Amino acid sequence: METAAPNYFLIIGGVLFVMLNVAAALIWVERRMLALWQDRYGPNRAGPFGLLIVAADSIKLFFKQDWVPPFADKPVFVLAPAIVVISVLLSFVVIPFAPGIIVADLNIGLLFFLAMSSMGAYSIILGGWSSNNKYSLLGAMRGAAQMISYEVFMGLALMGVVLMAGSFNLREIVEAQRGLWFFIPQILGFIIFFIAGIAETHRLPFDIPEAESELIAGFHSEYSGMKFGMFFIGEYMGITLISCMLVTLYFGGWLGPDFLPPIVWFIIKVVAFLMIFILLRASMPRPRYDQLMEYGWKILLPLTLVNLMVTAAVLLWLES
Amino acid sequence: MELTFYIAAAVATVATILTITRYNIIHALLYLVVSFLAVAVVFFTLGAPFMAALEIIIYAGAIVVLIIFVIMMLNLTHEDVDKEKAWLTPRVWVGPAILSLVLLAELAYIILAPDTQPTEALVAVDARVVGMSLYGPYMLGVQLCGILLMAGIVGAYHLGRQKKKVVHRFLQPKEGRSAAI
Repeated sequence: METAAPNYFLIIGGVLFVMLNVAAALIWVERRMLALWQDRYGPNRAGPFGLLIVAADSIKLFFKQDWVPPFADKPVFVLAPAIVVISVLLSFVVIPFAPGIIVADLNIGLLFFLAMSSMGAYSIILGGWSSNNKYSLLGAMRGAAQMISYEVFMGLALMGVVLMAGSFNLREIVEAQRGLWFFIPQILGFIIFFIAGIAETHRLPFDIPEAESELIAGFHSEYSGMKFGMFFIGEYMGITLISCMLVTLYFGGWLGPDFLPPIVWFIIKVVAFLMIFILLRASMPRPRYDQLMEYGWKILLPLTLVNLMVTAAVLLWLES
Repeated sequence: MELTFYIAAAVATVATILTITRYNIIHALLYLVVSFLAVAVVFFTLGAPFMAALEIIIYAGAIVVLIIFVIMMLNLTHEDVDKEKAWLTPRVWVGPAILSLVLLAELAYIILAPDTQPTEALVAVDARVVGMSLYGPYMLGVQLCGILLMAGIVGAYHLGRQKKKVVHRFLQPKEGRSAAI
């Protein structure tokens, strides 16, 4: 982007600042919205509408004792929570927030996102393994299996969009949606990507790696203080990332009627998806582990392949 | 860009050496991941961004995760590390070292000899070009890979086939009562 060159560092700083704050603010938003949907009040004491709960939570996380268990594998234990935050933050590099507001206009933007999300699996696996704890190990194994299998459908579902746009570049994918947002022709791909996205961020209802009622928080049982905070923030940034990707790939990114600037359209759409993520958490029960895997491999994989084949066939037919 | 290439190449070399010399197998695999990431950067700087992305997605993101997945199930302890130390005596290094030296000599010859210098300039190879050559001149290779993967899947199915699926004893169908699942 030629016009973006002068304020390059401004964009990087802006994206970093906004994303880290969104992750913190989501803690409050999630608790308030959960409360609303479950007919409670939620945190409403500290500050206006309970907003200061974010500050209180952050202070609490920073000042808690940061304890590394003596039986843990120290270097890996310390490394694991950093990986999730780094990989998610790096993914935001390729997201076009508005024309000109993009950190790196990569030609392989979509593949870069897939690569970084597959790196995210390491944080769960290594965190669970290095904790040297049976529950953590179980959580890590579930997480590894879940993330690897759902990455397959995620990538394949995205290929429908790539076929229609003819590019891996996210900016060009958004431009290709000027006539029609891709969620109409790619409705199946959209649903599969959405489900895979929930599994990829291991959010409820697919929070099987942590499953507090059976695995006592699974892979991050042994983590405390800000190391736990990193997993926590990584999860919220993961939700934001998946919402941004859903908007960019299927809901026309920054495109919208002219009476609002493009960035506002993008934010509105992303917030709508964040709300859906929170509503899912409020309303869905957790499936059993084997149900999740069977659902993935026996239903989603064939559906994705059919979607890909039909998309390719229709495109070829339209061309000829 | 050239400096990036040299840094990434150095990181890849160091990480690979560390992969071989670590006794703790998970640490070794972590260095292997670093090595893959560095090689991906090398691909990127040499004008093959598509290959770089695939390198991370497939090798670093899927294959090594699967290896770690298997190793986690083995429940390795400090005794295993000691056992491995006992196996890796200096005598073990001789054979691989000679083979590597031969390869290194060949590599040095290719780089230094005047008639093997690359003549054409670097061209960026994007996804479209990779796809065109895969489904053009290399079609046979793609099909052979497909057959190989199919054989692997059939083998895995044969090994992992379940005799009988037991969900829970209360959920099993009984005589005189229809299935409750």
